[in-house]
Formats: sequence, C-alpha cells, structure tokens
Amino acid sequence: MQAEPLRQPVPTPDVVRSLIQVRTGGAYRVDDQSLAVALVSATSAEGSWVGVVGVDDLGLEAAVEAGLDLDRAVVVPAPGPHWLEAVTALVDVLPVVLLRPPSRVDQRVAAKVSARLRKRAATLFVQGEWPGAEAQLWLQRTAWSGLGEGYGRLRERSALVGCRRGTAPPQFADWPLAIEERPASREARAAVG
Amino acid sequence: MRVLALACPDWPVVAASWEQPMDRRLPVAVLTNNRVTACNDSARGEGIRTQMRRRDAQSKCPELVLIPADPQRDVRAFEAVLSAVEALRPGVAPIRPGLLAVKSPGRFYGGDENAAAVLTETVVEVGVWDARVGVADDVSTAVQAAYETSEQGWLVIPEGATADFWKTLPVEALFASGSPEEAEEIAEFVGLLRRLGMRTLGQFAALKSSEVLVRFGRRGARLHRLIRGEATGGIDSRKPPPDLDVVIDFEPPLESIEAVGFSARQSADTFVGQLGERGFVCTSVTIEAETDRGTRTARTWRHATWFSATDLIDRLHWQMAAAAQARTIDASISRVVFIPEAVDAASAHADALWGHGNNERIERGIAKVQALLGYEAARRPVLQGGRSPADRQALVPWGEQATLLRSPTLPWPGSIPPPAPCRVFTQPHPSDVLDERHQRIRVDARGAISGVPARFLTPQGWEHVDGWAGPWPVEEAWWEDEPRRIARFQMISTAGRAWLLRYENGDWLTEAGYD
Repeated sequence: MQAEPLRQPVPTPDVVRSLIQVRTGGAYRVDDQSLAVALVSATSAEGSWVGVVGVDDLGLEAAVEAGLDLDRAVVVPAPGPHWLEAVTALVDVLPVVLLRPPSRVDQRVAAKVSARLRKRAATLFVQGEWPGAEAQLWLQRTAWSGLGEGYGRLRERSALVGCRRGTAPPQFADWPLAIEERPASREARAAVG
Repeated sequence: MRVLALACPDWPVVAASWEQPMDRRLPVAVLTNNRVTACNDSARGEGIRTQMRRRDAQSKCPELVLIPADPQRDVRAFEAVLSAVEALRPGVAPIRPGLLAVKSPGRFYGGDENAAAVLTETVVEVGVWDARVGVADDVSTAVQAAYETSEQGWLVIPEGATADFWKTLPVEALFASGSPEEAEEIAEFVGLLRRLGMRTLGQFAALKSSEVLVRFGRRGARLHRLIRGEATGGIDSRKPPPDLDVVIDFEPPLESIEAVGFSARQSADTFVGQLGERGFVCTSVTIEAETDRGTRTARTWRHATWFSATDLIDRLHWQMAAAAQARTIDASISRVVFIPEAVDAASAHADALWGHGNNERIERGIAKVQALLGYEAARRPVLQGGRSPADRQALVPWGEQATLLRSPTLPWPGSIPPPAPCRVFTQPHPSDVLDERHQRIRVDARGAISGVPARFLTPQGWEHVDGWAGPWPVEEAWWEDEPRRIARFQMISTAGRAWLLRYENGDWLTEAGYD
C-alpha cells in the first residue's frame, strides 16, 4: 500500500484559522453558505482549483468578492443520483470540492469518499450531514446593520462562528464583515494580490 | 506568414478524365442540371462557357464530350493531390476541390520561387497537367496570383506588394478566383464596378474605406481591404479525410467494458499514428460503440489540446460505462468506431506534445463527470450584466464558448447595491410578507406600500421582520405594452439573517439570501 500524502494545511480565512487548522485529506461540515463560500474562495485566492457539486444557488458575485477565481472553478449544479461519482471524479483532480449532497449520506459512502480524499490530498467541504467529518463549522449568530424601517441598505454584518470537533465543547470566534462599494473592494483586492 | 496556393483549373474535368481516361485535346464539359459547370480549354476554344445550357453547348460544338457532375468524384480525386502536397509540407488547407492553400515552405526550399517549382513538379507527377502556384501574404491574394499565371507556372507576390499586384488587374479578374457557387454574386459586383466606370481594381482600391462599406456592403468592404493589402487570411485546419476512421469489429462480441477497452487499445494507437503520419493531431473525435443487438452509443469528444491513444481509451471507457448505466447499450459490444471530427497541424501543438500539463489532468477529470452525468452537467461559472442577482451570473456548459452574455461592465441601473448575496436562487422561492394585522403587503403602481412588514416567509420558514428597506422599483421590459413592474426589498429577520425579496403582480418571491 502506498503511503498516504502528508496532511498539509489549507489556506483559510482568519476567523476559521483561529478556531481550527483545515488540512488536506479531510471532510468538513459547513452548512452556512456564506461561511462555505468564504472557505473555498480563500483556497481559490491562493491559486487552487475549486469544484462545486450540488450547490444550485451559489452567488457567483459574492464568491468573486470573497476571492474565488472563476477561471479555476467548475460547477456541477444538479448531479442528481450520480453525485457520488461526480464528487469522486472531481476529488481525483481538484484540491478543493464543495458538496451539497442531494440525499442522505450513510457511513459507508462517507468512508469511501474520505479514503479518496486522503489518497488524493484533497479537501471536502460539505453542506449537510457527513458521518466522520473532522469538524463542523456554522454561524451561531448573525447581525446585520444598515437597514431601518423602510430605508437604508445592508451595510455590515457581524457573525459568531462556531466550531465543534468530536465531543469537545464548541468554540466560537467573531467574524466581522464590512461591505465596501463594489469598485473599492475590487481595488482593495488588486492591492493585496 | 507567407501563403502558397495551388490551383488546378477545370478540376471537375480533370477528375472525370482520371476515372475515365480520355484525350486531353478533346473538348469536355461537365454538366449539372443540364447546365455547363466546368469545361476544359479545348471546349472554351469552341465557344463553350459555364452556365451554358446543354442544348446550346451541343449546337456550338457537336463533338463535345458531356459528363455529369459528381462532387464526390472531385473530392476523391483531389485527395491524391492533397496527400502529395502534405508529403512535402503538412498543414494543408483544401479550399475546394482543385484549390488548396498551405503555409509556404519557402524557407525550407530556399525561396518561394523554388518552393513553387517543387510543388508544381510534384503535382504534375501525380498526373495533374495544369497546376498553377501563387505565393503571397494572404490566402486570397495567393489564390488570385495562382489563377493569374499560366499552365505549370507560378507567380510570387513579394512581401508587402499585395496592393501593387491587385491595382493593375482588370475588375473581371475577380471571376478567376471565385468558386462556381459565388459566380453570380461576383458577376453582380463586377457589373456594378463597371457601371460606375471602373476598369481596374486599382480604381476600386482608391475609394475611401468608409464609403466602400456604405456603398458596397460587407463583402465589398472585405474585398477592398484585401486588395489594399490590409487583410490577413489565415489557413483553417483541414477536415480529415474519411479513410482515417478506425473501425474495430469484435468476433465474438465482448461482454465486459474492460475487455473492449483492452482490445481497442491497439486500434487507438493506429488512429493516433495514422493522423501523426500526416502531421496532424486530433482535437475532436466521435466514438461509436454498437452491440450485437443493434443498440448503440455515439458521442463527440473534444480535447483541450489533443487526443493521445490513452485519452481515446479513457473516453471510450467512460462513454460505455455511462451508456451501460443508462441502459442505452444492453448487450455485448460488437463494434467500436473512432471518427476524427477535427484535426490540427501537429506543429501548432509542438509544446503540448511534450509533457501533459496540470490542466490536462483537470480537463480529464471534468470530461469524466460529463461522461457520467451528461455534457451539460459540468458548468463553467461566469458573471454577466443584469439587474437581479440571478441575471448577473450564468453557468456555461464546460468546453463551450459563452455566447450572448450581457456585459458585466456596463452600468445596470436598478441593480441592487452591494453586498452581493451568497445564495442566488435561479428559481425564486415563493414567499409572503404580512403586516401586523396578518394582511399581505401590497405595492401600488406609484411604489407606495400598504402597511409595515411584520412577518415574512423565508425558504426556512416564517420569520419576524427586524429591519427592511424598499421598495426599490424596477420596470423591466418597459418597451413592451405591459411592462413588468417589480419592487425589491431587503429584509432582516429577528434571527439575524438577511434576504432579498421581490414583489411582482401581487406575489412575493425570495430571490436571494445573504448568509
């Protein structure tokens, strides 16, 4: 049996890094879309390819603002009953895959995918239950500002991100999100990149 | 880039005389629907012209040999010329039977003149007496030059001298290089130039470009650019000849997909090898598999670079696995066919021939998803212009060019302000917004709302309203008789989640979510 590759750290947003070090070869449960998008976009911003399976409501503009490079992304919006084949085919060639399984995932299927992930040194983020997930990340609380009674617009969000690993008590971290004007945010990204 | 064109005038006559040997001095005409579509020099000497009716031709020249046209015969016969030229220089682009273009191998033969001489000699050896060569900066000029020269002659237009060459030609010269299908259109155009008092193409070239486009249309403008030496015409890769198909028959038929893949390996090598010998790589291939019960699967595969034998076997395997799963093939496989759909000059892929890149592997993985789930299953995400979040994005089938997308850089008045929502529903969820007395909130034509939103329905269930903004009215399709009146609202629930809602014709819909 060939030795499995070392589990390398995966680039993640600061808020997640303060809670857990995401590593290759693992499956992580992330139900909330904004958090899932932030996670895959962070890897894409570092040059990684990203596959998205079963997520039919991905907001591309938000993903791009979070750092996703559309030229290195492939989406399988409606995999239907063959989602498992699609995921394994993509895990074989892409380092990061975001999955929303259209049906319940049993222990056996999850174990099969996890073995593939370790072999290929890929990382899977799952929206929904995933037996044997390394950790679960979610938005415990979100609060928006900017809206009044019929006036204003969404401007800022603060969120509390929760992280649970195994049976240990969950940990929490603050995730502020300031919304800039579109052109400004683009320039800011260019300056960073 | 220097282009060499080789013309074999009166090709249908040459092709016919190959299949049915005859004296070259006899007057011969080829007929389509009782009209002359091609004839040789002797026939022209007797007054025979194209478009002449059979009866008129026969009365002018009673000993005229009449042959029915056969486009297949023309193509078949020209194949010999193509292969002969390909042996000297791969990457031959046939323009029509009797006419081909190729990148001039002038550098190899020590000058365009020498290359033209070698090529003419080669083609004469194949048995084409009347071969003419033109060399120029672009395809059209090279073709015209070939027709301007005489039997077994060549004409080289020096680099940058395109305009000088065309300037001296009479307007009627355009007839020579046009295909028979274009004859009528060219006649009309030449007639127009003559009526305007022009005798040479130089007079036409002297017109202003802007005036040409207005007066002569796109075709005229193209010709104008061409004869001023401002056009550049590349060479299209050629459609592969049918004899490069590879057919594998299994006797007895094979039951397992693995066995088929294994047995087809050698044939896949042959397929790639055959193309390679002609200096080609295959960029698109159709694979067919047939069972002994007659059911079959056929699919066309494209490749980011080009197909190796292993790639072909992979595609065959995926295709059969997918077909077996879908039960489109339900018996033993008796036959597999590889058909090249598009080929490219191997030289254009010289870099890729050495070492498959990282993207190659990814393309293969995505092709596998397409094999399993269907071509449309894997998509490339793209942004576009639009007002609603769903309009501002699109998913294009992987491997296809995005077409008809709206420009994202244009301003789209009425589009919602940032942040962009991270959940965008292609099919908006039905929703409802109620005031404190449980009445549905309505928005009238002037944008006034009937009450204060208190509760609203999200895809996750009913929520209390914590904050809201709107209505932001948009009139979509305002140019139609009954424009769609739409009002958008942002709403925050007491649970802290933000949503984008739409009010349209009395109904509420959830378009997007922000968390």
